Amino acid sequence: MPPEILIDDLSFSYPGGTRALDSISLSIEPAERVALVGPNGAGKSTLLLQLNGLLRPAQGRVLIGGLAVEEPHLGTIRARVGMLFQNPDDQLFNPRVFDDVAFGPLHMGLPADEVRARADAALQAVGMAAYAGHISHHLSLGQKKRAAIASVLSMSPSLLALDEPTSGLDPRARRQLIDLLAGMSVTLLCATHDMRMAAELFERTVIMDGGRVVADGPSARLLADEALLAAHGLEHP
Amino acid sequence: MHIHIADAYHEAASPLHRLDARVKVPVALALILCISLAPTGVFGVYVAYFALIMALAVLARLEPGLVLRRSLVALPFAGAAAALIFTVPGQTLARVPLLSWAISVEGLLRFSSIVFKSLLAAQAAVLLLAVTRFTDTLWALGELRMPRTLVGIVSFMLRYLFVLADEAGRMARAREARSASLEDRQRRSILFEARTTGRMIGALIVRSIERSERVYNAMLARGYDGRSLALDAPPLPVRDVIAGLGVTLAAAAILAVSLL
Repeated sequence: MPPEILIDDLSFSYPGGTRALDSISLSIEPAERVALVGPNGAGKSTLLLQLNGLLRPAQGRVLIGGLAVEEPHLGTIRARVGMLFQNPDDQLFNPRVFDDVAFGPLHMGLPADEVRARADAALQAVGMAAYAGHISHHLSLGQKKRAAIASVLSMSPSLLALDEPTSGLDPRARRQLIDLLAGMSVTLLCATHDMRMAAELFERTVIMDGGRVVADGPSARLLADEALLAAHGLEHP
Repeated sequence: MHIHIADAYHEAASPLHRLDARVKVPVALALILCISLAPTGVFGVYVAYFALIMALAVLARLEPGLVLRRSLVALPFAGAAAALIFTVPGQTLARVPLLSWAISVEGLLRFSSIVFKSLLAAQAAVLLLAVTRFTDTLWALGELRMPRTLVGIVSFMLRYLFVLADEAGRMARAREARSASLEDRQRRSILFEARTTGRMIGALIVRSIERSERVYNAMLARGYDGRSLALDAPPLPVRDVIAGLGVTLAAAAILAVSLL
């Protein structure tokens, strides 16, 4: 079985010349849970955007489930990689919650019954079934985050790429979100500043700084290494 | 601050609320069409339409005063027709002092008809939006073959107008919070205020463009390929169609009587 994510010598620069990713190599197995930590500007979000081809490498390659992230496979890959963006107001672009959750399966070309069934199941899974007909603008941030997760779960992804899922949440909403993620069986790759969540939820941690992977190993070991964390502007959980 | 968009809609359990939006939208449009085709100066017809709209409002458990109040929004637009009072030739009723403009009876009739008709048309629209969620209205327009791209544009506007308004509100507050002044200093000039406001609008536009890029990425990430798709609609309930036809016939009958 090919690794869920295989990144091989990946470099990327934004127009204007900032080198955001610098020779990154990384392999993540199916069902593995990996936290991606590092200071702001380390390249975490940029790396996530490479996973479904929203950004393309300048050098190196990215494979998802053995498929290169390139034109003929983009549709398949985007169904496979569920991308949770940092700001749920960007992700929930339909007026009603249900329409957002149905958007993915609808554009995958599934029949209407299946689209409805998947949307209902996804809303159920994140505890938002009662909000299907609600207007996204009226939801709390925690509810928006969960609705956004439902909007990718409905596509049955094998990998969830999450960008700061707990930022801005109050303790209760944060706990609900962590419990929700803990119950999932898919591969998780999560960019976060929430070191306590990294320690609790992810068995493996990748530390990025300045566009490079500077450490990669079991969370228990990396997150206990105070000197390493301090060197990259991070704090012990 | 948090701006809500459900203002036009009034939650209630009424036959009108339950009616399928694909019936309500065309019926409201037909009603507005009949009202605008009603002849000038036949005030009995306007009263009949008013009675029809009020009856529907009562059926929808709406406060009639609310429909009336909201329809006043049409007045400034109808006011544009005020020139007719002076420009339509006809029997002179009086002259404006000093300017000696002639007020013609026909002009006055035309103007008041336009005012009444636009108020009635606005009432029909207010009634529709009070008993139909705007998302349902949009969906119905899509189902009624309004181009999906247009529906999409309105739907994005509906989604982000209020996000944007919230953002503008936060920016205005941040500006207020830093708008300190020493007591002996002069007040800030209008020019200064205008420049600050201009910069805020610019910042808002830049943020909106950035947001649109992020939204587009979120769409691509979920398989968007340029097509606007919608789920198949459930069949139209026959009862709803009959009810809609009933209201349309009533509106058409009033018009027919007025034209006789």
